[in-house]
Amino acid sequence: MNAMSMTSSRSLLRLLTCGSVDDGKSTLIGRLLFDTDNIPDDQRAALERDSRKYGTDGANIDYALLVDGLEAEREQGITIDVAYRFMATKRRKFIIADTPGHEQYTRNMATGASTAQLAILLVDASQGLLTQTRRHAFIADLLGIRHIVLAVNKIDLIDFDQARFDAIADEFRALATRFHFETITPIPLSARHGDNVVHRSARMPWHGGPTLLEHLETIEPGGTSTGPFRFPVQWVNRPDADFRGYAGTLAGGEVRPGDEVVVAASGQLTRIARIVTADGDRPAARAGEAVTLTLADEVDLSRGDVLASPGARPDVADQFAADLVWMGEAPLLAGRPYIVKLGTATVSGVVSRIKHKVNVNNFDELAADSLTLNEVGSVNVALATPVAFDPYTLNPRTGAFILIDRMTNATIAAGMIRHPLRRASNIHRQALTIDRTAREALNGHRPAILWFTGLSGSGKSTIANALETRLHLLGAHTYLLDGDNVRHGLNRDLGFTDTDRVENIRRVAEVAKLFADAGMIVLVSFISPFRAERNMARELVEPGLFHEVFVDTPIAVCRQRDPKGLYRKADAGEIRNFTGIDSPYEPPEAPEFHLRTTTAEPDALAESLLAALRPQLGLGL
Amino acid sequence: MSVTETATATLDADLAALEAESIEIIRETAAGFRNPVMLYSIGKDSSVMLHLAMKAFYPAKPPFPLMHVDTGWKFREMIRFRDETVKRLGLDLIVRHNAEAAARGVNPFDYGASTYTQVMKTETLKAGLDELGFDAAFGGARRDEEKSRAKERVFSVRTAGHGWDPKAQRPEIWNLFNTRLAPGQTMRVFPLSNWTEADIWNYIARETIPVVPLYFAKERPVVERGGQLLMVDDNRLPLNPGEVPQLRKVRFRTLGCYPLTAAIESEAETLEAVLAEMRASRMSERQGRLIDHDDAAAMEKKKREGYF
Repeated sequence: MNAMSMTSSRSLLRLLTCGSVDDGKSTLIGRLLFDTDNIPDDQRAALERDSRKYGTDGANIDYALLVDGLEAEREQGITIDVAYRFMATKRRKFIIADTPGHEQYTRNMATGASTAQLAILLVDASQGLLTQTRRHAFIADLLGIRHIVLAVNKIDLIDFDQARFDAIADEFRALATRFHFETITPIPLSARHGDNVVHRSARMPWHGGPTLLEHLETIEPGGTSTGPFRFPVQWVNRPDADFRGYAGTLAGGEVRPGDEVVVAASGQLTRIARIVTADGDRPAARAGEAVTLTLADEVDLSRGDVLASPGARPDVADQFAADLVWMGEAPLLAGRPYIVKLGTATVSGVVSRIKHKVNVNNFDELAADSLTLNEVGSVNVALATPVAFDPYTLNPRTGAFILIDRMTNATIAAGMIRHPLRRASNIHRQALTIDRTAREALNGHRPAILWFTGLSGSGKSTIANALETRLHLLGAHTYLLDGDNVRHGLNRDLGFTDTDRVENIRRVAEVAKLFADAGMIVLVSFISPFRAERNMARELVEPGLFHEVFVDTPIAVCRQRDPKGLYRKADAGEIRNFTGIDSPYEPPEAPEFHLRTTTAEPDALAESLLAALRPQLGLGL
Repeated sequence: MSVTETATATLDADLAALEAESIEIIRETAAGFRNPVMLYSIGKDSSVMLHLAMKAFYPAKPPFPLMHVDTGWKFREMIRFRDETVKRLGLDLIVRHNAEAAARGVNPFDYGASTYTQVMKTETLKAGLDELGFDAAFGGARRDEEKSRAKERVFSVRTAGHGWDPKAQRPEIWNLFNTRLAPGQTMRVFPLSNWTEADIWNYIARETIPVVPLYFAKERPVVERGGQLLMVDDNRLPLNPGEVPQLRKVRFRTLGCYPLTAAIESEAETLEAVLAEMRASRMSERQGRLIDHDDAAAMEKKKREGYF
């Protein structure tokens, strides 16, 4: 399966055949199976019988009948649905997806491509490149296939002409510069007569390259980098009170007992206790392996959640940009709720915007307000709840999704995530330690707004958390407004442009004011980079209520801590408008409290804050 | 590494990848359906599928029962093996048998293979699934077995009457299986879709999975009819005039109802010998299945009617 393939499996090659109708895809597969002796004698006899009944090659064997398995296909002489064929030679095992060429079956071609590492793109030598050739090259590239065999078939029809073969190969290479193929291997062949399929043709001595089989047997599709550890929880295994395991297949990276992992959506941290299998506990597990993990701590974790490496977390967002291949009979409607299946998560979602569709025949981008069957487009998707994912190009197993129609339950689209949308991305929730019911007691103190400002990673939330814990122990009614948490709800429509940052702070200030009005001690933990907005917040409430807390950590230290891996991403150019890098931070000029985190621990800083605040808050000794 | 060691490592990697893929499918079924059941046909593919289910949920037991559709004409050794297996693994087994049709005298001889299979197997299976309210049923079918199976999805939707509509199959993309059903629909799930016969035997050897002894050569009483060797498993097999069962050294590549399953002459008494024989074989495994031979599209027709 292209980048989803098991990297441990160097032998098995998954490929698909595609290309225009009548280019001879099924014939080529039949020929491959036949000439590699993968057809048992009884099937060979049936093939001879069927060839006389349905065959399109006179009295000769019609190899296509080996693979066109449905009655309708045999009657019509075309391939309708994807067929999977299995072939083994001394050197390698193959799974071949045979996909239809007709435009109305583009979705079937995309289906075959989704699990393939290599595509054999057939071209009829007498016809040259057709629109369907372009379309299939486009789909193969979009689905992440990196190896192309350009099988120039029916070479006998152009008298084995090298010049015409070279011209077709050159034209394809020129066309493919826009794609991301790592290898393009043109081979002149005749599926019907067997030239250069398995046996080297004596009729094309000019061909210095491999035969098709030689190439398929020797190509190393490359273990796609599986990236950092990803484990979508598929099934919670709880046979009794003593065992609680999380079953699933590693979608990326490696894991060992003792490794620290994070629940991507909640931000809860824990460690791997055991890697359990029926064959005994394992010292490690790698991408592609189906295992059961147990954890060191009790965390809130269920099907659809993703365990990840804390240093390289997936995006957690409720909105993302994606490419869609539309497969539904009914057209895509922006705003209509669909079911989104992404990894093991199933959530409700809408296509919030159709940016453009692609004319897959000439690759033009066209304005569109809908996508119809077999169309490809670029869209924004909004989900009812945030999920964890990666861009498809980084990890197809965590970057692919399907859309399901709520009424018909049909699978109506294949989606490949490009990137999270700014407004929701890179916001990793803080696990809060105080719950709401704990705050529902009578007031016994004065309200306040404690406004923590500082760079990402400076320690704002850590100190605010520590302070809130202490206040709570003293019986104070508190609430922590955290930059990350608010951005998931109230401010989910805001991005990170300067305009949106302003509005973000305005809303947070208003909410803080309401909480203060209700008598609570509100801890606000926001980067809040601009002086003007912090002053605006101060001026919203009566004098004395607002306390600015400057969490002063040099950017070099923040970058070194990088608890959420954000600086690494920003440095790699994956995040823009990042405070301190390509967006400014204006330090407070006269904060009520100035905390220098390089010379004191968060707990000590929280203690000193508490000591200074207690008289003002009226909290008893 | 020597050439042999490299080949062994490659085989291990291929089998490990197939195993992981199947376990993922089995877990997805348990998570995605209200009431799944595993159809257990006692053969080598079922043995592998059951083994994978045991692995998928270890240390728990699979969260679904097994169901066997017993036509009443299975080899006696199969039934013995079935009961031993269920006991050994501590699993729940549901056995469905169409006693009414059997009492009416429906048998493979007087009714023809086609009608007999329809009544005793397909109808019994459908009734069992309906009465017990199963919304998903695992089957051990593989895509390499037969051409219409090669077109089937891993998660294959059945209409309210258990029919298969090959032209209206859902696209199945990546490993993102769509497990949703409309009222009345059910799902057939094929975790072994991407396995070949060779994979099955290699995996049985690697994992030392018990299989029915009928897969191994032994002297057994057979009669030869139309070039096929049929085992006389009990005295219900009507003998033609002058026909006398002979002891021949035979084994079976696939197992079904004994009057409909032909044996092959073989010396392969061990797993290693079976593997070697399979590698050298010029015939496909379903060649011994008498019900597939009606015409080119026989299996597709049966599947449309609800056969597995």
